Amino acid sequence: MRSNTIIFACLLITSIFMYTSCGNGGNGGGALSNASVAEKVYVAPGDYDQYYEFFSGGFSGQVTVHGLPSGRLLKTIPVFSVDAEKGYGFNEETKPMLMTTFGFVPWDDSHHPKLSQTNGEHDGNFLFINGNNTPRVARIDLSTFETTEIIQIPNSAGCHASPYPTQNTEYLVAGTRFSVPIPQKDVPISSYKENFKGTFTFISGGQEPGSMDVAFQILAPGYDYDLAHSGKGVSHGWSFFTSYNVEEQNTLKEKNASQYDKDYIAAVNWKKAEEYIAQGKFQEWPSEYYHNYYDDHTHMATSTLKKGVKVLIPSECPGLVYYLPTPKSPHGVDVSPTGEFIVGSGKLSADLTVHSFEKMLAAIEAENFDEVIDGIPVINFDAVVAGTVSSGGLGPLHTEFDGRGHGYTSFFISSEVVKWSLETYEVVDRIPAYYSIGHLSIPGGGSMKPWEDGKYLIAMNKITKDRYLPTGPEMAHSAQLYDISGDKMELLLDFPTMGEPHYAQGIHASKIVDRQVKFFPLEENEHPYKALTEADTKVVRDGNEVHIYATMIRSHFAPDNIEGIKVGDKVFWHITNLEQDWDVPHGLAVMGAQNAELLIMPGQTETLVWEPKSEGVYPFYCTDFCSALHQEMQGYIRVSPRNSNIKMSWSLDDDVFGE
Amino acid sequence: MTVIIMSSCGGGSGSKDEGKFAPQRMAKPLTYEEAVADWKNQKGLGPIKSVEMGEFNAELAKKGEEIYTLKCTACHTPEEEKLGPAPQGIFKRRTPEWIMNMILNPEEMAKNDPIGRGLLMKYNTVMANQGLTEEDARAVLEFFRTLE
Repeated sequence: MRSNTIIFACLLITSIFMYTSCGNGGNGGGALSNASVAEKVYVAPGDYDQYYEFFSGGFSGQVTVHGLPSGRLLKTIPVFSVDAEKGYGFNEETKPMLMTTFGFVPWDDSHHPKLSQTNGEHDGNFLFINGNNTPRVARIDLSTFETTEIIQIPNSAGCHASPYPTQNTEYLVAGTRFSVPIPQKDVPISSYKENFKGTFTFISGGQEPGSMDVAFQILAPGYDYDLAHSGKGVSHGWSFFTSYNVEEQNTLKEKNASQYDKDYIAAVNWKKAEEYIAQGKFQEWPSEYYHNYYDDHTHMATSTLKKGVKVLIPSECPGLVYYLPTPKSPHGVDVSPTGEFIVGSGKLSADLTVHSFEKMLAAIEAENFDEVIDGIPVINFDAVVAGTVSSGGLGPLHTEFDGRGHGYTSFFISSEVVKWSLETYEVVDRIPAYYSIGHLSIPGGGSMKPWEDGKYLIAMNKITKDRYLPTGPEMAHSAQLYDISGDKMELLLDFPTMGEPHYAQGIHASKIVDRQVKFFPLEENEHPYKALTEADTKVVRDGNEVHIYATMIRSHFAPDNIEGIKVGDKVFWHITNLEQDWDVPHGLAVMGAQNAELLIMPGQTETLVWEPKSEGVYPFYCTDFCSALHQEMQGYIRVSPRNSNIKMSWSLDDDVFGE
Repeated sequence: MTVIIMSSCGGGSGSKDEGKFAPQRMAKPLTYEEAVADWKNQKGLGPIKSVEMGEFNAELAKKGEEIYTLKCTACHTPEEEKLGPAPQGIFKRRTPEWIMNMILNPEEMAKNDPIGRGLLMKYNTVMANQGLTEEDARAVLEFFRTLE
């Protein structure tokens, strides 16, 4: 009897142990709650995500595209940095995209991806992003997911407060994070207060591919202009820029630029600027800058050097710019969906400052100004502020909105997301971020209409530490996905990102999916070195330049045997991909080529330059596994001595051609 | 009690799922040789169920030749075998429906059509889908009428 009891007790213990070991729960929550969280981010094999989320690659210079809610990486789009994988910046067609007045600049620090807007809503046409280091703004066409246009910003340094389009993408904006002598000149750095200035640039042509241009610039005091947002709804016609370093210091800024209690948000009336431009009240400066445009019919980019910009001087243009005093070196300036509230995040503060656009207009009308700086009136703080969010957090940076009356603000120092009411300015919820959150993103949360079925918030964090398997000293920056549909925010998912994802924007997949280009029709190929059929293929010598007009299709090159190349030749491989099917790119790699591969989309022509240094026979091959006979997709090119008499010839199978 | 808990723990009840592992009973598919012998009844797999050939249309054939030259000649010359078979005399061995389905739906034809699968074995490659519309494919068909 006794032994039976013991056996029974053992079975009971075993049973309990098995029960708890079944579907082990992990962090807190337990098995059931983790399973229900997993369900919320699970996208079944073959199913699509609900949203595209475009992440800045930060110091990678690129953009990455993830799906939400899964967090899966869908694509890396090269923008400001060369990308050997796609040949971007290595092939002859895309090198002009990276041209600047400083020459070919193969890298930049990409920051803020912003979707084009129509009536204050994301329309899915284009994505824009700024390059901070060598001031530039790029367009990505969302039918091809390729960078198709880059404009350089003259009279600028540190293109950080950008691109933040206006309500109908009338303009993209660009504020200077680093004030510099404008125009540039050789002066002592200690003459900062005398010689250094900032600019606000307005770029037109956002909705018309190929026509991006510097519409006008506004000269501003030599502060550091950090972030921006353009007005919408009631504040349409205005753009807002935060500043720090109103102390105008040029060294040890972490101390010296943090002395004053308040810095300014600049409110720029760009409709007024248009009036002044129309009236001719601008200065014409001889500034030079590059405009680079990639054409999907020629499959080529061209660079154009532009000269001359229109510059407005605030002291000559009353009513153009006002300053809104904002505490503690504000970083983000975010405009609520209606356009009424302008939220400044003083990054050394615990509180958010919410300015009212309506109060701002009234204060301007009443000339309720504390002082005027270089023609810019400083509006009285109490006259413009609508409220303060006492958060209890530390280091607020950025705010987005859910369209249901709440703001969500990232707090860097206290590493959390704080949800607050736009009516009462009271905090209603908070949740930790892992770790040191920078930007946050709600799909549509920066527009007039956050997506109605949207329930996600993404935190982009600066520090990763122990969130994933360790990978040496450097860890991929972490992002967190939260469900914000209920009263309490809920952490759903962690996923790694590329570079430093400063910011991201999300859009409902339905706005993007149907506009996708699946291949480029051969009939529309206008590349000057195209070969549309194998009958058009040839090799042409012009002095020491050799142009190969070749084609590729599963699974051969035409021609695939080439002779007559000599050491010292500059060989241009112009290859046309004859495929007319979705997702069938072919690659070209040539042994010893000192650049990269080509990765050629169906119907596209691309060019690789190859300068063989020594004689011999060189193989070339397709890099992108294209068919069962992909390994057979290869050829040979013979390189003869400089003084060789070998005639130029090219062939495929038994068809031999030549001089 | 232990047993009950074990079975609630996802302990395999899969063996009871007889249908899942039951052998598939299907009609034996035609071999390549059988299908070729029966070619007049072979319409292929794809969007084309029937084609009305009608009178020869020279204008349509000319358009078809242009499409064929641009999209097809990397692998098919009209009269001699290149990477795939030549279309000359094709109406003596294939139906118009089969030809158009082969042009429009080559991936499925290579996998599931008895003649398409035999051709894959013979030529070692799945024909590229060159993105022709049904209208384009009909024009190419008309061009093939000039290759008797």
